[in-house]
Amino acid sequence: MNGAAAMNRNRAVDWALMAYIVLAYAFVFAPIAASFVFSFNSDRFPSIPLGRFSLEWYRAVAADPLVWQGARNTLIVGVVVGVVSTALGFGAAYTDYRYRFAGKQVYLALALLPPTIPVIILGLAMLAFLSRINLSGNALSVIIAHVVLCAPFAMAIIRLRLSQMDPSLEPAAWNLGASEWMAMRHVIIPFCAPAILGALFITMAVSFDEFAVAWFVSGLNETLPVKVLGFLQGQVSPRINAIGTFVFILSMALVILAQLLLSGRGTRTAARE
Amino acid sequence: MSREPLVSFEGVEKRFGDFVAVQKLDFEIRKGEFLAIMGSSGCGKTTTLRMLAGLDAPTEGVIRLSGRPINDLPTWSRDTPMVWQSLALFPFLNVRENVEFALKMRGVDKAERRRRAGQWLDRMQIAEFAERNISQLSGGQRQRVALARSLVVEPEILLLDEPLSALDAALKVRMQSVLKNLQRETGITFVYVTHSQSEAFSMADRVVIMSRGRIEQIGTPQEIYRTPGTRFVAEFLGSSNIFTGTVAASGADGVVLDTAQGRLRLTAAGTRPAVGTRAALTVLDTKTSLSVDPPAGEANAVAVRMIGEEFVGATATIYLETADGKEIKVQKSHDELAGLPLAIGRSFHAWWGTSEGHLVAEA
Repeated sequence: MNGAAAMNRNRAVDWALMAYIVLAYAFVFAPIAASFVFSFNSDRFPSIPLGRFSLEWYRAVAADPLVWQGARNTLIVGVVVGVVSTALGFGAAYTDYRYRFAGKQVYLALALLPPTIPVIILGLAMLAFLSRINLSGNALSVIIAHVVLCAPFAMAIIRLRLSQMDPSLEPAAWNLGASEWMAMRHVIIPFCAPAILGALFITMAVSFDEFAVAWFVSGLNETLPVKVLGFLQGQVSPRINAIGTFVFILSMALVILAQLLLSGRGTRTAARE
Repeated sequence: MSREPLVSFEGVEKRFGDFVAVQKLDFEIRKGEFLAIMGSSGCGKTTTLRMLAGLDAPTEGVIRLSGRPINDLPTWSRDTPMVWQSLALFPFLNVRENVEFALKMRGVDKAERRRRAGQWLDRMQIAEFAERNISQLSGGQRQRVALARSLVVEPEILLLDEPLSALDAALKVRMQSVLKNLQRETGITFVYVTHSQSEAFSMADRVVIMSRGRIEQIGTPQEIYRTPGTRFVAEFLGSSNIFTGTVAASGADGVVLDTAQGRLRLTAAGTRPAVGTRAALTVLDTKTSLSVDPPAGEANAVAVRMIGEEFVGATATIYLETADGKEIKVQKSHDELAGLPLAIGRSFHAWWGTSEGHLVAEA
C-alpha cells in the first residue's frame, strides 16, 4: 500500500474502502460459501447450528450412476465445445484482423451477437430448429447450441490479443520466407497462444455452467446443471450442495487459469513499450 | 560496386483505388551499392520498397531482380529480406530463435541453423544475449538482432525501412557507421528508405529523391547537394538560397537572370536555358558571404537586413531578408563572422561569386 501512503490520504477513508470491498465480496460469495459448508454438514436441512462434519452427501452423489452420467456428459460437451468454439472464434478474429471487406461491421456485429440474446429464447429457438433437423435430445445438440453461445467469447478474447500485435509481424515472417500457412503456425498462433488457451478455458467454463439452453435441447443426455434441477424438483437434498461445490471449483479453476494466461504471467510475451 | 543493375524498375506504377502512390518509376539499383531513397512522408518511398520486397504488387510495369521479372513472385519466394521500422522482432522467440527464423522457414536442419545463426550473432556482437528475450534488450541491441535476422540468409539485397528512426541521436550515428561498414564488408546491396537527409547523405553511394510518387533526382550525395536537379530538391535539402527569374541572356560564357532581387549572373558550366524562359538559381548557403559594403569586382550581390541568428555548433546560420521580403540564409564559421557587426535589423550585402550556383528549370 505504498501508493496510498505516498498520496497521504486519510486513513479512515482507506479503511472504509477496504471494508466496502470485503462486504461486496461477502455479498457475492456468501451463498456459494454456504453451499460449500452445508455440503459437509450431516443434517438433511440447512440449518444453524450445524451438525457434524460428514462426507455422506459426496458419497451419495458418487454412488449415483445418473450423476456420473451427467458429469460425463458435461465434461465431453465442455471439452468439445471449448475446442470447437475456440477454433471458430480464432478464425473469426483472424478474419477481422487480416482482411478488409465490405460489410465487415455487420459481420462483426453478427459474430458477437449470440450472447446478447436471452438464453430462454435462444434455447427455445435451438430446440425448435434442432428438432426439425432431427438433432435434438442428444449430446451433439447441446454441443451445437453451446458452440453458438461460446464462440463469440473466444472471438472477443483472441481479437483483443491480435489487436496488440505489431501489424508488421506477419508480413515480416512472410518476408523471411514463411508461406502464409507457415506464418500462421510459427507467428500468429504462438503470439496468440495465451489468448487461445484462455479462450479454451473460458468457453469450457461457460459450457459447464450453462443451464437454460442445455435444459431445452439436452433431452436424456442431461448435463450436470440440468441434473441439479432434476434433483431440486424431486426433493431438497444436500447432494445438490455437493454437486454445486464440485462444479464451482471446476469452473473457478478454469477461469483462474484463463485469467493467469491472459494477464501474461508465465508466458514469454514481451511487454511492448 | 559494379555498374551492373541488380534491380530494375520499368514503368512501375502503384495505385490504391484512386490514389496514385507511385507513378511511372524507371530506375536501376546497381549490384553492391548503398542506395538511399529519400523523401517526406507520403512520397512513395516505402511503397517502392514494399514492391521490391513483394509486399505490395505493382499496378503496372515490371520489376526485375537479376534480369528476372519478379512481379508475380510472392515475398516468401524472394530473397529480399527487410529490416522494418518497428523492427518486427518476434516477441515470443529469444534472440537466437529470431535469427534462426528465416533458416527454419527454408528447411535448413537444426545443426546448420545453429552454426549459421551463431556466425551472425558473433558478427553483430550479440552472441552474449543469444538466449535472452527481445523485451530484455536495449534499442541498439534490438537493431542488431533485426539486422542479423535479415542477413542470416546471406541475401544479395537488403531492404531497410527507416530502421534507425526509433533511436536517440548518439546511437543513430553509431548505427550509421555499423550499417555502412557492414555494407562495405559484405558487398550486399543495401536499399535504405529514410526521410532523414543526414542518414541518406552519410551512408549512401547514391541517393534517390522522391516527391509525390515521382523520382525528382538520382545521384551521388555530392551531385545532389551541389547541383540539385529540380527546385523541389533544392527546397527539400534546404541548404540553398533560391532566386527565381526570367532568363535575360544565355550563352557559352554564362546566363543572366532577371529576378525580383536584381540581375544575377552565373558563369559556371551547366544548363543554358533559352532567353525568355523562367529559371531558378540555387546558391548554397555556405557559399554565400556577408559584408557591410557591396563586394568589389565580379559578384552577385543582394541588399539584405538581418532578421535572426542560429547557433549550429561549429557554424552559425544568419537569417536575412531582402527589401521585398525574401528570406536568405548564410552559413559561416564563427571565425568568418567575427568581423561583422551582427545585429538584428542591421543592413548587409549578401554576395557570391558568379561561378557559384546552379540553374534549375521553373515550371
